[in-house]
Amino acid sequence: MKIVADYPESLTEKEFHYCPGCTHGLIHRLIAEVMDELEIREDTIGIAPVGCSVLAYEYFNCDMQEASHGRAPAVATGVKRVHPDKVVFTYQGDGDLASIGTAEIVHAANRGENFTTIFVNNAIYGMTGGQMAPTTLKEQKTSTSQSGRNLQESGNPIKMSEMLSVLDGPAYIARVSVHDPKHIIKAKKAIKKAFQMQIEKKGFTMVEVLSTCPTNWGVSPVKALDWLAENMLDVYPLAVYKEVE
Amino acid sequence: MEKVLMKGNEAIAEAAVRAGCRHFFGYPITPQNELPEYMSHRMPEVGGVFLQAESEVAAINMVYGAAGAGARVMTSSSSPGISLKLEGISYIAGAELPCVIINVMRAGPGLGGIQPSQADYFQAVKGGGHGDYRMTVLAPSTVQEAVDLTMEAFEIADYYRNPVMILADGYIGQMMEPVVFNKTVNPEDLAAKSWATDGAKGRDVNIINSLFLDPEELEEHNHDLDRKYQEMKKRENRYELYKMEDAEMAIVAYGTTARISTKAVDLAREKGIKLGLIRPISLYPFPEKIIQESTKDIEKYLVVEMSMGQMVEDVKLAVNGQRPVHFHGRTGGMVPTPEEIFSVIEDLWEE
Ligand SMILES: Cc1ncc(C[n+]2csc(CCOP(=O)(O)OP(=O)(O)O)c2C)c(N)n1
Ligand code: SF4
Repeated sequence: MKIVADYPESLTEKEFHYCPGCTHGLIHRLIAEVMDELEIREDTIGIAPVGCSVLAYEYFNCDMQEASHGRAPAVATGVKRVHPDKVVFTYQGDGDLASIGTAEIVHAANRGENFTTIFVNNAIYGMTGGQMAPTTLKEQKTSTSQSGRNLQESGNPIKMSEMLSVLDGPAYIARVSVHDPKHIIKAKKAIKKAFQMQIEKKGFTMVEVLSTCPTNWGVSPVKALDWLAENMLDVYPLAVYKEVE
Repeated sequence: MEKVLMKGNEAIAEAAVRAGCRHFFGYPITPQNELPEYMSHRMPEVGGVFLQAESEVAAINMVYGAAGAGARVMTSSSSPGISLKLEGISYIAGAELPCVIINVMRAGPGLGGIQPSQADYFQAVKGGGHGDYRMTVLAPSTVQEAVDLTMEAFEIADYYRNPVMILADGYIGQMMEPVVFNKTVNPEDLAAKSWATDGAKGRDVNIINSLFLDPEELEEHNHDLDRKYQEMKKRENRYELYKMEDAEMAIVAYGTTARISTKAVDLAREKGIKLGLIRPISLYPFPEKIIQESTKDIEKYLVVEMSMGQMVEDVKLAVNGQRPVHFHGRTGGMVPTPEEIFSVIEDLWEE
């Protein structure tokens, strides 16, 4: 009998704390499967963020460092400069990467630091209870934009993949989504590509993953997947924004 | 051993290299710029890594990552830059990582000025960053001492798995003096760090972390940290006494100010005033015992600082109300002269 879907060795058996239907857990699993397939679990150091995935170090079955809010790219830089032959990744939410940590991600990308960033964009601050994020959509209601995000007051949804892809440092930048099986398969391919390119020492790689937050969007898990498809894909087009030879 | 003439900042950098430091992350700020500049050429020479970070915030987090990955690592800055590093320092202490941080103090608050100062004493010894943490803080008063303490700082950091700060001022950083480098550590000879995140080959995974969502666990962690700080208090007390044998009055001063104060002691002695100097070298742990013991002979204390008065509070705690403690400070980048200190002493002596 051929096993088609086993429990990934690169995940611990600890139960996720994520809300029902949240796609953080799914994204964790994709990363773990990629680590298994590339056989890099024992050579990987992951950097966990601040945000709902703050406990990611309990879920990935590899060496992990917890970073302060937004600073994972700087921490990853430190780790990678000590161990250039190991695989290093950061896992960051949109508040983490696109707000408090914008400087760190821009400069790590621009230096071409040879690590991989998994950027989970759910258009909201999950952990702190649903405040507006830099990625929050126009007119999207959040606890700090209660009548909908007003672009005059709060600026525009920030497009990190587009921004970072104009830099010379990155080797691979792609935006993917996990709202249906077809896209989940594509997302995994992109994550695998990013890790492979890191192993080949091509430079900075990032995969932006559009993700859901049913709890703070105030919708059911299934509706959240639809909401993502209907509202986020137009603002955040799925594409490979950069790929070097 | 050969004596070489070196600027304080460069001597500290060379001491770090000799101590086996192979990773340096920093960001320019006067008056410590010679330190990263020196590292930028010296690190590649010894097969190490120099990286000019995009900010102090990034630099200290690179230090966190590298320390967690098992390296001997250092950063340097000056006052406003250290303020930015404090979040990271709290995380480093919380996650129990060893590293060395150099603060070549300048005057503040705010952007302040670029002249020497000792106004970051509270920030360095009382925590500065958030939460209950401490770090060993060492204050050199000569370039040679800056070299020796920097080398020791790496040992102390590794022993306690805790950040160690060298608290110097712009004078020490900019001054040129002859120095001797007494030993050289080969990083390959250092004990392996079994807790470091360097890939979980053939072992359980390692996690570098300061998060404890369960308050009982966090309390336990903070007690563990405190046991370490109590051990530091027992083992890391450092101070120097000058003409204290028969002294009836004492100056308490550290760093550059202590150096100036030795001249004031000499001036006083010429006039028959029985003055001595207690120079704390470790500011955390503060050498409170020697000060407490001195109260049986010393009638009055004068604390001299290049600040509006910070260490004076620790001296008062040590003296514990048994004797009067006076204060003389210059601030804003002004440096007291021996004559100025002597005139304060003369007034106190005659009082
Ligand atoms: C310095 C600092 N500021 C603020 C916080 C509070 N905080 C925790 S999580 C978070 C937002 C995280 O949002 P995001 O990165 O989008 O991740 P999500 O929770 O949505 O997965 C904030 C502001 C913090 N821990 N540290
Ligand atoms: S709050 Fe949102 S992002 Fe966080 S776990 Fe719940 S659903 Fe997921």
